[in-house]
Amino acid sequence: MSNVLVIVESDGSGPKAAALPGITAGQQLAAATGGQLHLLVLGASPDAAAQALASGGYGASAVHAIAGAELEPFTAEAWTDAVVAAVRELGVTAFGGTASSTLREVVPRAAAVLDAPIVTEITGVTGADAFTREISAGRAIATLKVSHAPFGFTARASDFAPAEPGSPATTVSALSAGSVSRRGATVVGVEKTQSARPALTEADVVVSGGRGMREGANFKVLEELTDLLGGALGASRAATDAGMVPADLQVGQTGKVVAPNLYFAVAISGAIQHLAGMKGSKTIVAINKDPEAPIFQVADYGLVAKWEDAVPQLVELVRAHKGG
Amino acid sequence: MKILVTVKRIPDPDESLKFAGNAIDTSSSKWVANAFDEYAVETALRMAEHIGNKDRLAEVIVCSVCPKDKRQHVTQFLAMGADRGVIVDADETAMDSQTVAKLVAEVFRREGCDLLVSGKLSQDSEGNEVAQRAAGLLDLPQASFAATLRWDRGANALTVGREVDDGVETKTIPLPAVVSVDLRIVLPHSVKNGATADDHKYSDGARLASLRGITMAKRKKVDVHTPAALGVTPSSHVAVAGVTAPEKRAAGQIVDSAQTLVNKLITEAKVL
Ligand SMILES: Cc1cc2nc3c(=O)[nH]c(=O)nc-3n(C[C@H](O)[C@H](O)[C@H](O)COP(=O)(O)OP(=O)(O)OC[C@H]3O[C@@H](n4cnc5c(N)ncnc54)[C@H](O)[C@@H]3O)c2cc1C
Repeated sequence: MSNVLVIVESDGSGPKAAALPGITAGQQLAAATGGQLHLLVLGASPDAAAQALASGGYGASAVHAIAGAELEPFTAEAWTDAVVAAVRELGVTAFGGTASSTLREVVPRAAAVLDAPIVTEITGVTGADAFTREISAGRAIATLKVSHAPFGFTARASDFAPAEPGSPATTVSALSAGSVSRRGATVVGVEKTQSARPALTEADVVVSGGRGMREGANFKVLEELTDLLGGALGASRAATDAGMVPADLQVGQTGKVVAPNLYFAVAISGAIQHLAGMKGSKTIVAINKDPEAPIFQVADYGLVAKWEDAVPQLVELVRAHKGG
Repeated sequence: MKILVTVKRIPDPDESLKFAGNAIDTSSSKWVANAFDEYAVETALRMAEHIGNKDRLAEVIVCSVCPKDKRQHVTQFLAMGADRGVIVDADETAMDSQTVAKLVAEVFRREGCDLLVSGKLSQDSEGNEVAQRAAGLLDLPQASFAATLRWDRGANALTVGREVDDGVETKTIPLPAVVSVDLRIVLPHSVKNGATADDHKYSDGARLASLRGITMAKRKKVDVHTPAALGVTPSSHVAVAGVTAPEKRAAGQIVDSAQTLVNKLITEAKVL
């Protein structure tokens, strides 16, 4: 038996959109191993989300739910107890899911307890035990071979299409996690970045600003462009560190990895750590006053101009095109 | 209070990569400290020092798994201000992160440490595993991707602002514990220890070694262990089967105006 277990983060009533690429990676891995795909939902009351997954099918043979008050809000400590129990109980070969900030905390911790290897932020499944991933800020692609079961994985959302419902429905079974503990940790709260825009990693269009924007207020004009295009706002590290925009808008090696249809880099120089987060975009537009800026080497369209001139013009032209 | 900080050497990320056959050729690379480990050491030093006073609130021990004659990065961190070093003499490139985590966890246990601070990832392999694994092996609470940290000495606990996908999570963990740090932990007001004034403004980034620090570093104690002495047999269950350069993007074009840009996005790229 070489089954695959995907941990699916839920929003209470169904899978979070961000969890869907991890299911796809699990489907591909199950196809490669010839095993079944199992899904796992954790929470205080995971049943509604588990039921939604089961009726959507998602290519899974079974959906498991572990309920526990200690599992909500999320802590790596309690979730690890539950994941380890599920991996042991189900005897799966592989366990993992989307490389979210949640699973990037849990999968390595669970792997340590299971004395198991993991492959993190995979970009492709090339066999039952073989994966690709980027290293050195996207300047190299490594092929990894795993020689141990079980093993863990996290999948980069930008490289796997979101899984869709529509396959035959399956059933939910309740699993017991045994003892689950937060090890004394308490989550005081999460300060969410409020935004009506699509999530950065799910948007079709991303408009990012860099240090050359100089201050947060100047992002207004980028937001106008973003909203005309129904996109998400992004930024370089220099802009987030300077507090111009919230940290979770950072694109790059240590921020979000995005691959939209259209990416605008405005007043961003194009350091390799930034490129690591956006060079998979389909069309890249760069606006920079410095003709030597490295960003122009990856841009499909480059405009050498000050943003103060170019972006307001762009906003008017796009608005006219959209007929607004 | 004893703080253990993991530090790693990596091929200089500012040098261009050289490919040889199916691998990256590091034979002529300059080896430097991983940037996130600089942030981790800076975090520990800010916790340990009481600005304006001579007393230290913690001992800072840097720990590296590396060949013992390749310890330049360890010396650099001693010069930066860490109190002493522990080297686990081994070829870290031949073991997987579970082995590294076992070695770190064992050093933590033997030293009787209260806190492990690690960088969130290493800039070369980008595994993002060791801190979480060590926390699992030690069965301690963890706070990954820390952007702010407040040490409450009375409660013997840390309150950590963690950068998560949709914002910042605030998590309180009792000591002993494990923390991994993100970029913004080295902003001027990110770390507070309850002794140094809360409004003290650190300079942005990890501190540089002073001349005095460099002289002192040579006299600081560095213990060297073998994996065997720590009771760990190195292994690797993840093998790198090959490394290739990514496909280059096709050359783009420079356009002369916003108007041309919009036209091309509509008619050529068909994305508007
Ligand atoms: C360990 C590590 C991890 C990192 N991770 C990331 C990451 O995840 N993401 C990331 O982005 N960076 C990351 N960085 C930082 C990265 O190396 C760069 O420092 C950063 O990307 C630079 O941001 P920038 O391009 O906005 O700023 P700069 O490099 O300062 O570039 C500003 C650009 O704006 C242009 N400009 C200025 N004024 C104007 C104007 N009026 N109109 C038009 N153009 C103008 C300039 O010509 C320049 O090209 C990381 C660095 C390290 C060491």
